[in-house]
Amino acid sequence: MVEHFTGSDEATQALPTLQARIPTVVVDQAHLVYRVHKGATGGTTPVAALRRLVKRSQAPNVREVHAVKGVSFTAYRGEAIGLIGSNGSGKSTLLRAIAGLLPVDRGAIYTQGQPSLLGVNAALLNDLSGERNVTLGCLAMGMPPAEVARLTPEIIEFSGINQRGDFASLPMRTYSSGMAARLRFSIAAAKKHDVLLIDEALATGDKGFRKRSEQRVRELRESAGTVFLVSHQLSSIRDTCERTIWLESGELRMDGPTDEVIRAYEDFSNGR
Amino acid sequence: MANTALAGPDAGLTQAQLAARHGLRVAGERPSLVEYSRRLWAYRHFVAAYANAKLVASYSNAKLGQVWQVLTPLTNAAVYYLIFGLVLAQNSIPNFIAYLTTGLFIFNFTQSAILAGTQSISGNLGLIRALHFPRASLPLAATLTQFQQLLASMVVLIGIVLVTGEPLTLQWLLLPPALVLQAIFNAGVVLLVARMGAKASDLKQVMPFIMRTWMYGSGVLYSVRLFNRLPEWATTLIKFNPMLVYIELARYALLEQAPMLNESLTQLWLVAAAWAVVAGVGGFIYFWRGEQEYGRG
Repeated sequence: MVEHFTGSDEATQALPTLQARIPTVVVDQAHLVYRVHKGATGGTTPVAALRRLVKRSQAPNVREVHAVKGVSFTAYRGEAIGLIGSNGSGKSTLLRAIAGLLPVDRGAIYTQGQPSLLGVNAALLNDLSGERNVTLGCLAMGMPPAEVARLTPEIIEFSGINQRGDFASLPMRTYSSGMAARLRFSIAAAKKHDVLLIDEALATGDKGFRKRSEQRVRELRESAGTVFLVSHQLSSIRDTCERTIWLESGELRMDGPTDEVIRAYEDFSNGR
Repeated sequence: MANTALAGPDAGLTQAQLAARHGLRVAGERPSLVEYSRRLWAYRHFVAAYANAKLVASYSNAKLGQVWQVLTPLTNAAVYYLIFGLVLAQNSIPNFIAYLTTGLFIFNFTQSAILAGTQSISGNLGLIRALHFPRASLPLAATLTQFQQLLASMVVLIGIVLVTGEPLTLQWLLLPPALVLQAIFNAGVVLLVARMGAKASDLKQVMPFIMRTWMYGSGVLYSVRLFNRLPEWATTLIKFNPMLVYIELARYALLEQAPMLNESLTQLWLVAAAWAVVAGVGGFIYFWRGEQEYGRG
């Protein structure tokens, strides 16, 4: 039954649906273009800055990057989808667009509820203690205060930041990058998301935490959410996702069962 | 195989039709104004917690910690008193030190709220890109942080006013409503500059100059009667300057003999309320219209 996936949408829609499959993310011929302000091209001297100011009024010093070119797919409730591709192939851009943080240029992206993007550089308040960041993060996800109070110890426990002494009461700026990433993931994973987008977030944790977080991703999926995972670690995609989408230079190269897509991707990477 | 089997109810639909059928929404769509206000209300706990957190964080590196909340306004008042009270010797104003500190603390509330507001979006991009919440929470939290600072400096102010020999009168009851009106005005202006500062980061550089000009136009450091020397249109304009209005209200409430530019108290209250409504509603709508832009680019 592997063929269901390979043809992407036509095939998946034509599945004999025993129970109705509910789409959570529908991407329809999405083109994503982001504009980069080239900024201080002439250096940072006052003269260059002035020239830039004058020039901006004549011709905007902006370059367009066409990051995603006409990608279409449908993600269903209960799926965990891996996104792979070489650096700069548009994976992160696509996630940001699904999260509603980047407008589509052409085409459209439809989502169920509000997808949450969990990236490695999702900074909370570095001057505050980890515990306080947990409270803030949970409130920012819209949890009622009573639930936040109930969940806070669980989240800290899950993140494992207290394994080396009481780090939860220290400011987050004292954390190692791995610890901070673990805490951020733990906060985001505490809530049931309709759609959770994870961008390389699991890569920073140590082995024990990776095991726990993969388990958590599976749980989130079972509680009827959809999970997208961007990672360069094919093993973690293999362990968590049964479907994988391969993007290459902004185009959808392949969409199907993880094993098949990863095999093709590895052949492609090695062949170069 | 699958293609020849029974087709599901979704077969043959285009992507857009499929999305519509299952009630999916366009990613990042802006909610209606009413819906947005409702969501913002649901996030009130976040606003309060964030404002508190910011207040704590701003002193987390200082040895004296929260004591600075009182020390900063005191030091500020001392410096200005040194220059304007002793060096330039302003004798025309009775109880100049109380006159000065009232104006200074009231103005400082708006000034620091606006400066914090300019960066409330651009300084929190990490949070904005990671989690989804009504973005207006951030500028409102910035205003709330400054409001808490104001309450600390009001304690200092009341101490100064009493020590310098002003009597405790019933008029003092006019201070809280004046501060509330000013807080609403501030929230509106903060929402405005937050959206402006989200795109143009140059605003951060310009803001201190705007605020300084505004301060000189609000009669903080010298007698407001000096404005009467200006051409008449300029005097009228300054009479409607929101900051001057809020400062005069506070001076009227606390001080017995402070010189006033606005003679009519009713007019003062009406102008203060009008500014609060115009800035509050206008700022909120302006900020809401840019909701889907924040964190992009």
